[in-house]
Amino acid sequence: MLLLSLIAGPFIASLVAALLPADARNRESWLAGIVALSGLLVTSYLYTQLGTNGVVQREFGWLPAFGLNLVLRMDGLAWLFAMLIQGIGLLVVIYARYYMSPKDPVPRFFSFLLAFMGSMLGVVLSGNLIQLVVFWELTSVTSFLLIGYWHHRADARRGARMAFTVTASGGLCLLIGVLLLGHMVGSYSLDVVLASGDLIREHDLYLPMLVLVALGALTKSAQFPFHFWLPHAMAAPTPVSAFLHSATMVKAGVFLLMRLWPALSGTPEWTWIIMGAGACTMLIGAFTAIFQHDLKGLLAYSTISHLGLITVLLGIGTPLALVAAVFHTFNHATFKASLFMAAGIIDHETGTRDMRHLRGLYASLPYTATLAIVASAAMAGVPLLNGFISKEMFFAEALAVGSARNWGMSIAAVLMGIFGVAYSLRFIYVFFGRQPQDLPRQPHEPPRWMRFPVEFLVLCCLIVGIIPGLSIGPFLSAAVTSVLGEDTPYYSLAVWHGFNLPLAMSLLALVGGVALYVWLRTRYGLIQSTYVPFLGRFNGKQAYEDTMLRLSASASLLEKLLGTRRLQPQLLLMIVLLLAVPTLIVRPVSLLALPANGEFSWLFAGLWVIGAVCALGAAWQAKYHRLAALSLVGGVGITVSLAFLWLSAPDLALTQLMVETITTVLILLGLRWLPPRITPRELNITTSRRARLRRARDMVVAVCAGLAMALVSYVALLRGPSTGGISDFFLTRALSEGGGSNVVNVLLVDFRSIDTLGEIAVLAIVALTVYALLRRFRPAPESLPIPAQQTNSVDPAAGQTPIQQVETGYLKVPSVYLRLLLPIMGVIAAYFFIRGHNLPGGGFVAGLTFSVAIIVQYMLAGTQWVESHLRLQPHRWIAFGLWIACVTGMGAWLLGYPFLTSHTAHYTLPVLGEIHLPSAFVFDLGVFGVVVGATLLILTALAHQSVRSHRLPATTAAPAAAAHKEIF
Amino acid sequence: MEAVIAIAMGIMFGAGVWLLLRPRTFQVITGLLLVSYAVNLFIFIMGRLTLNRPPLTLAEGTIDPALYADPMPQALVLTAIVIGFATTALYLVVMIGARGLTGTDHVDGKETH
Repeated sequence: MLLLSLIAGPFIASLVAALLPADARNRESWLAGIVALSGLLVTSYLYTQLGTNGVVQREFGWLPAFGLNLVLRMDGLAWLFAMLIQGIGLLVVIYARYYMSPKDPVPRFFSFLLAFMGSMLGVVLSGNLIQLVVFWELTSVTSFLLIGYWHHRADARRGARMAFTVTASGGLCLLIGVLLLGHMVGSYSLDVVLASGDLIREHDLYLPMLVLVALGALTKSAQFPFHFWLPHAMAAPTPVSAFLHSATMVKAGVFLLMRLWPALSGTPEWTWIIMGAGACTMLIGAFTAIFQHDLKGLLAYSTISHLGLITVLLGIGTPLALVAAVFHTFNHATFKASLFMAAGIIDHETGTRDMRHLRGLYASLPYTATLAIVASAAMAGVPLLNGFISKEMFFAEALAVGSARNWGMSIAAVLMGIFGVAYSLRFIYVFFGRQPQDLPRQPHEPPRWMRFPVEFLVLCCLIVGIIPGLSIGPFLSAAVTSVLGEDTPYYSLAVWHGFNLPLAMSLLALVGGVALYVWLRTRYGLIQSTYVPFLGRFNGKQAYEDTMLRLSASASLLEKLLGTRRLQPQLLLMIVLLLAVPTLIVRPVSLLALPANGEFSWLFAGLWVIGAVCALGAAWQAKYHRLAALSLVGGVGITVSLAFLWLSAPDLALTQLMVETITTVLILLGLRWLPPRITPRELNITTSRRARLRRARDMVVAVCAGLAMALVSYVALLRGPSTGGISDFFLTRALSEGGGSNVVNVLLVDFRSIDTLGEIAVLAIVALTVYALLRRFRPAPESLPIPAQQTNSVDPAAGQTPIQQVETGYLKVPSVYLRLLLPIMGVIAAYFFIRGHNLPGGGFVAGLTFSVAIIVQYMLAGTQWVESHLRLQPHRWIAFGLWIACVTGMGAWLLGYPFLTSHTAHYTLPVLGEIHLPSAFVFDLGVFGVVVGATLLILTALAHQSVRSHRLPATTAAPAAAAHKEIF
Repeated sequence: MEAVIAIAMGIMFGAGVWLLLRPRTFQVITGLLLVSYAVNLFIFIMGRLTLNRPPLTLAEGTIDPALYADPMPQALVLTAIVIGFATTALYLVVMIGARGLTGTDHVDGKETH
């Protein structure tokens, strides 16, 4: 539980921080600080729990069937990293409290920072590789947000994007690598993977897996050739840089290499890839750092170089090198974080980070200067500081690499040492000399607590540097043992090992560094130089930008070549694929082998002749004669409805008939807004050759589609009924368990009621969408006037309002019986509804019937009359229907059953006798309400457009205007 | 019987597909209606053709499933019909809205030349 709190704490606090008001700088700092501090305490406590096997583990079931569990696992290495993350996190929070300006949106900052801390802890505490990758990608996302914190600045946006692209691409490689690893071992559990090192190293897929995992680690740790993103990430606020680039983000890469070290290392491939990348990075980074003039830029390149050093140590692959790597990781985190913070203080106090201008700050910032000088000395590897000891170990390992003949690695190591001393001198030079007068701000010492984190870290550097065995010794030993197990070598953390070769190398590096610096200063003009000699031409950033540009250019080229915004080609492709793909999987069927046709009915055939003629006629007429086409489609619909009735599906027949009616009215209402289309004969338009070809092609596709449909249906029909399906279950249980004999209705409102609930929800959403869309409806200008058919001067009805037409005009006779129809249809709807559970009917049919009854009134008397006589509130019908359906479903909860479990109540009433009232009946009432509401809302919203449009400024001829005035 | 309904479905589907590929919005909505009839029937016939045996279990005693039509496709098609109406309504509103905005009833919102 404690382990879980370590990860969950920061994420929860991140949410809380995001919700705090913008000016709550103190509260947020306290929150973040307390989270980090309590995490530290928990982690410290867990150290005592590491126990005999050195591991604290907690497993949560996630996808046990796939062998994927959420495993939190803390061993010595994870413990050391967790301490670093939270310790430096705490110091960064304190520092950020003073660094961030009250004008910055501070809640966002702390929220991102906490989320990042949580992700980082997730990486180090993961006991499952997939889980590790998930947290790994989370750190990419959150660091992207942190680097781009000042998103109004272009460089911050660019830096964040670059960091994200590089590290997230690496993360994807890592994911593939981890999947390969899991495939080799048969498990994603870290314990299993670590225990099967030999199996992995001998596997055929070892090399591809290693390359992919290395890509992940090297991109994250900013190793050559991916190192270019790190300097650009310096656009982040300094606390972020101090956190990300000392103890966390970039250390995730080396952490991964350490974590998987027992399983992957020890092969020539490992050494070449990891050590090669590390050595290049170390030298390039150190050399480039000398020539930076931005304080943070210098620190960024020095970070790259130190990470290269750690990578080299891991690449060497000997246990002693691993000890040095872990130790240097800790040392680097302490002195680099303090240096970043010191750089931030200088920036904060003087207003610039440009080393070409900064001079003599010792006078105004004596404490900060002293601290920064000590930290730089640690970075340079001066004796009695922690950097010295780990660098000494590095030299010793470098000597061991190349045996007696090959001095390459040793020379590289000394060179890196020389460069390191040179850039450290360059860094501290800002404190000496005479302070210029033209600084943007007059510097003075920062607030006490802003300096505290630096002081603390420098103290750590000193303590570890002077008494390493007593201070870091036991923790380092725990960390190393957790990786190496029984192979842990003997090592000594003493400052003084006597006069030996590594010490000579250290001295050489110190002296050489000073000499190089002095030479560069006097002969090269280092202070004002803006160019990196030799390496200035190799610009990783430019290569990155070029790649991205080419990528997006080729993407748009592909889109241009393969994509289209036109609907017809898309539909054509879809239909062709729909026809083509099944032919790939179909097995040939001999029609002769099929059983004979069932009985033949002339009446049924005649019915379908009508249906087919209607369908073909609709296809033929749809362009120029919309009304005719609509009527023909209606004809097809009625044929389908009759066919349902014929084929023992009375519920379907009823529903189809009602939906057909409503759809026809719906489309009729829409027809008015479509442009007039004149027959081509009058205009004498000749179709072009291209159009004819296109039509021929479409005709071929359509005929193929029709043939395919007919053939598939025919073959399916002759196969005879399938057995063993779930239909029998419904048929046998409908009456006994659903309390109704109409199985289709019982299916809808009882067995599959959750589907029905979803469906009525869709219906409600569509109705509301239609309503919302129509509120913004802007008809085309030529559709605004009353249609020509209605303004015909010969027609006496043209001058009358709908009400006049009903009371004295040609609608007088229909009005009498159609008004009478309302109560009759209402009763029919009620009848269908009530009997629906046992006989054809039900909520859908009843709802549709009732809607038709209302629509008929609209058609007869016009919108105004109906709405002044009937208070229809379709929104409320929908709300009521959904509410009642949900409440019925939730009622089951009260009785301890799952959602939508139905229950049949039996009552005996005085006159009516015994009554069965299933709860599904109430649910059906909800269906009824939604269907009525949705149908009415859609149709009336559409109908209202005709009324609304007349209110728009009239641009019509005089008779139309007169008619329009008369009507409204 | 089987041949008749299969041919009819083929004709409806073919006519619908032809209309789907036409350039005018009204042709496409008509095509959608025809295609949905064919597809609904296609789902329906997966329960095979049964005459005079609606799935109403009114008889007393134990129920023999062989005496009734398959209720499963019927229930699926019933919801499909109603949802089909909803999508038609949505399509129609988008259709007339697009016509108002773009001034044309071409499916791409502009006439092709």
